[in-house]
Order: sequence, then structure tokens, then C-alpha cells
Amino acid sequence: MSRRAVIDSVVSRVRTDGPSRSINRTQSPIRALGVPWGTIMLASLTPWLPIIAPVPILPPFGFMMLIAWRLGRPNLLPLWAGFPLGLFDDLFSGQPLGSGILLFSLALIAIDLIEIRFPWRSFWLDWLSAGTLLLLYLTATTLFARVPLTDLQVQLVGSQLLFCIVLFPIIARTAALLDRLRLQRVRRID
Amino acid sequence: MALPSGRRPGSNRKAQLGLFAGYLMAGSGALLGAVLLSLSLFRPEAFAGLRSMAADFASPAGEAGAGGRVASQNVFDAIAGYYRAGSRNAELRDEMRIARVKLAEAEAIRRENLRLKAVLRLADGETRPIATARLIGSTAASTRRFAWISAGRADGVRPGMPVSSPLGLIGRVLETGQRSSRVLLLTDPESMVPVRRATDDVVAFAEGRADGLLRLRLINLGINPIKKGDVFVTSGSGGLFRPGIAVALVTALTRDGAIAQLLSNPAATDVVLVEPIWQPQAVAASQAPSIAEAERADAEETASVIAANPATDTGSRSAPEVTPVVEPQSGD
Repeated sequence: MSRRAVIDSVVSRVRTDGPSRSINRTQSPIRALGVPWGTIMLASLTPWLPIIAPVPILPPFGFMMLIAWRLGRPNLLPLWAGFPLGLFDDLFSGQPLGSGILLFSLALIAIDLIEIRFPWRSFWLDWLSAGTLLLLYLTATTLFARVPLTDLQVQLVGSQLLFCIVLFPIIARTAALLDRLRLQRVRRID
Repeated sequence: MALPSGRRPGSNRKAQLGLFAGYLMAGSGALLGAVLLSLSLFRPEAFAGLRSMAADFASPAGEAGAGGRVASQNVFDAIAGYYRAGSRNAELRDEMRIARVKLAEAEAIRRENLRLKAVLRLADGETRPIATARLIGSTAASTRRFAWISAGRADGVRPGMPVSSPLGLIGRVLETGQRSSRVLLLTDPESMVPVRRATDDVVAFAEGRADGLLRLRLINLGINPIKKGDVFVTSGSGGLFRPGIAVALVTALTRDGAIAQLLSNPAATDVVLVEPIWQPQAVAASQAPSIAEAERADAEETASVIAANPATDTGSRSAPEVTPVVEPQSGD
């Protein structure tokens, strides 16, 4: 497949910027294909933020970024992307290795099924499905970490979940912003 | 929005097959994940090498961040300092005057201590730290409480070594990489440290609660002797932590113990010390051997005892006392 064809398959229906800036400029295929993968992996590196947390306070950014990209741009990530991205997340998240692989893969399949069931999606449906997925994800990670589900633990995970749900639209907007960066026409055509 | 064109195969055979292959790959990915997960649940140390390698790779970023965290704290402290400079100054001068007296007293006590130790012929049990390191990251999104430090095998760090700050114990090393290691923090639900009250011999276990506090469980049940404000230090049993490292301050009482606050909050800690394992032999002995191994050793021992004095009954032989294991070797 030629480079032109690769770009066309990815950006077929989108022109994000006006014609004046895009004259004689083209998108870079590396950026167009690599930004989603790169940003999801970057979000998985949350444990290396300079925060030493006494309680689970931060949301699972890697997983949220994955959902945001998948809901915002259905064609970008292949269905098997859960395996490599989940593996990368597992290396740093503190969860037993395999939990990220399993949950990322299942989430991608689940979104696929939701998409077939409800072909015309809206902001609210996206938020609802993301919230449900986050609820299942956080419950599953707590169980996989073999942490006993005491009242205290439920409170902690519950507050983390609320934070995640409130934060999700912001993450989705961030993914949308990154999507514009992904398709920016900067490379000069020779 | 509607389904993207690739998702509507229609009667196109090739597109249908492609869609099917996608599901097949995703399904097998999930299956592989489940297999790996069960493997790492049964053998927590199975993928330690892979994780340490990744941590080594990412640790420079964490180190830069840790520097930034400390620097930003210093900036805020400096700004706050200007607001309260006058009253602070007066307070400090008073404290200084008292401290000078105390220092003189402490010096006298130190000398007396040395003299008494010389009388008792006690060796100076000073432990030298193996390495100093920075806390460079923590699992802020997970229910488990791990942290990474910026020292690894190259600095002499080995799994099991206690990690402490000048204010008290923080945790112990779980896995080591070349330049970084993973630490099990005291607040992790699977961490358990034998402690005693600093003033007397009330012994307890300090278990991690997930919310950043510790739960103290008394070993001798009965009337709860703990009071609010009591300080607990490591007791040294189990052989992993040397006795006398500060651990926690009691904040609330429960029926069988107390809830305590960590004395050295890892979030406010800049530099940590990695100390050697206090009694390596005791720890090695407490790594419980498998049942088969223990039975074999038992049989050999019985045979040797019978061979040595055939007259005596094997039931009366004195089995070597084994100290009970108090430190579960938990992984993730």
C-alpha cells in the first residue's frame, strides 16, 4: 500500500483545518497512526508522575485514554490493540500482569458490540458506556489485586470511580484535541 | 454517528472474513491475558524480570519528576516562610535556648550509655545503610500500594531489604532492577510488620489499610492497653527489620487494637535509605520449606537420631525450635 493510500484510509473523511493553511501541506503518516498509540502509552505511565499516593486517588488514565480514542475514532485502533496496550499498562500499574491485557481487550470488544447495537451514538451514550466500563474495570482490578472488599475499600474505589466518571468528558476532549494534532498538515509536499 | 464503513461488511465475503479475523484476534488476546493473569496470581514473582526491566527504562523520567516535586515543595515553603518570619523567629529562638540545654543533657546520656555498654561488653550494633535513593513513583491508580526507588541491584539492593526515611519505616523492597527497585509500602493491604510500643513490650502486627493508615492488631488479646498518641516501633521479630525503627502513631482505638498513622509519610519524603536485612539467617530459616522437603528432612533427622542412640525412643528427641514466621512474603 502506498503512503498516499495509508493516509487516505486513515483521514478519508476529515479535513480539520481550512484550505489556506493546508495548501501544499500534507499529514505525516507516522503522526496520523502513532499519536493514539503514543498517547495511550503515555497515559499508562501515570505511576511515574511525581506523586507518591497514600490511597488510590488517580484514575486509570491509560484505560480512560483507550476508551476515549476508541469512542471518538472507531476506525483507528484495531480490535487486537488491547493486548499490546494492556501489557504496557501492566508493566507499570502495579496490577498482576495480565489484568490489563484481559480488561483492555474485553473493553474493546464490548465497545464494538455497543456500537453494533446502537449505531447512532451520542455524547450521553458515550459517557454512559464509558462510565459502565470504568465501573467494571475498577471492580475487576480491585478483585484481581486480591484486595479484600471491605467497606473501606468500597468507599475508596467508589470515590475513585466518581472522579473517573466526572473526568471522562475532559479526557475525551483531550483525545479530540490530540486528534487535531494528529491530522495537522505541516509537511511540505515536494 | 453511524457505523464506520469498515464495520458494515454487507455481502462482501472478504470484509466479513476480515471482521471475523479481528474478533478472533481480540478474543485470543483476551484469553492470553486471562492465562497470564492466573499465572501471575499463582506465582506473583513470575514476571518480575519484565517489570523491573520496564521500570529501569522509565526511571530517569521518574527521577527528574522527584527532583521537581522536592523543588516545588521548597518553593512553597520559602513563600510561606516570608509570611510568618517574625513570629517564627521568636519561636525558634526560644526553642533554640531549650534545645541547647537538651543537647548538653543528651551528650551526657550518650557518654553514660557508651560507658555502660563498655561495661556490658556490647558490640555497637550500628547498621550502615546499603544505599540512599529517591522515591520516584507510586501506583497511584491501583488498589495495591507499591512505590519505586532509584536504586537497584547495581547499588547492592536486594529483595526483602527495609526502606526507611529519617522519620521512620516506609516499606521493604519487593523486586530489584538494575537501577530501580519496587517497594511494598507499609500501607499496602498485604504488608504486615511486627511492632511493639516504644515505651514497653506491648507487641502487635501493623497491617496496611488501603486508605493510608495502619491497623494495629494486638497479639495478646485481653484488655486493650493502647492509648491515643502511643508510638509503635519495629520489634525485630521475623528478622527482616531491625528493632527500634519508628513506624506509626496511634490515632484511634479499636476492639482488638488501634488505627495508627504512618510516622514517615512517603508523599512528603525526599530521600530514603535502604538498610540491610537485620538477621539474614533468621529470614532464610523462616522461608517455610515445602511439606515434602520438611518431611524428608524430618525422616533423615529421625534416622540419624536412631543411629546415634538406638536405645532411646524417637518421640523424646528434642526437635530444633523454629521461630514462627511472622513476615508473609507477599508479592502482588
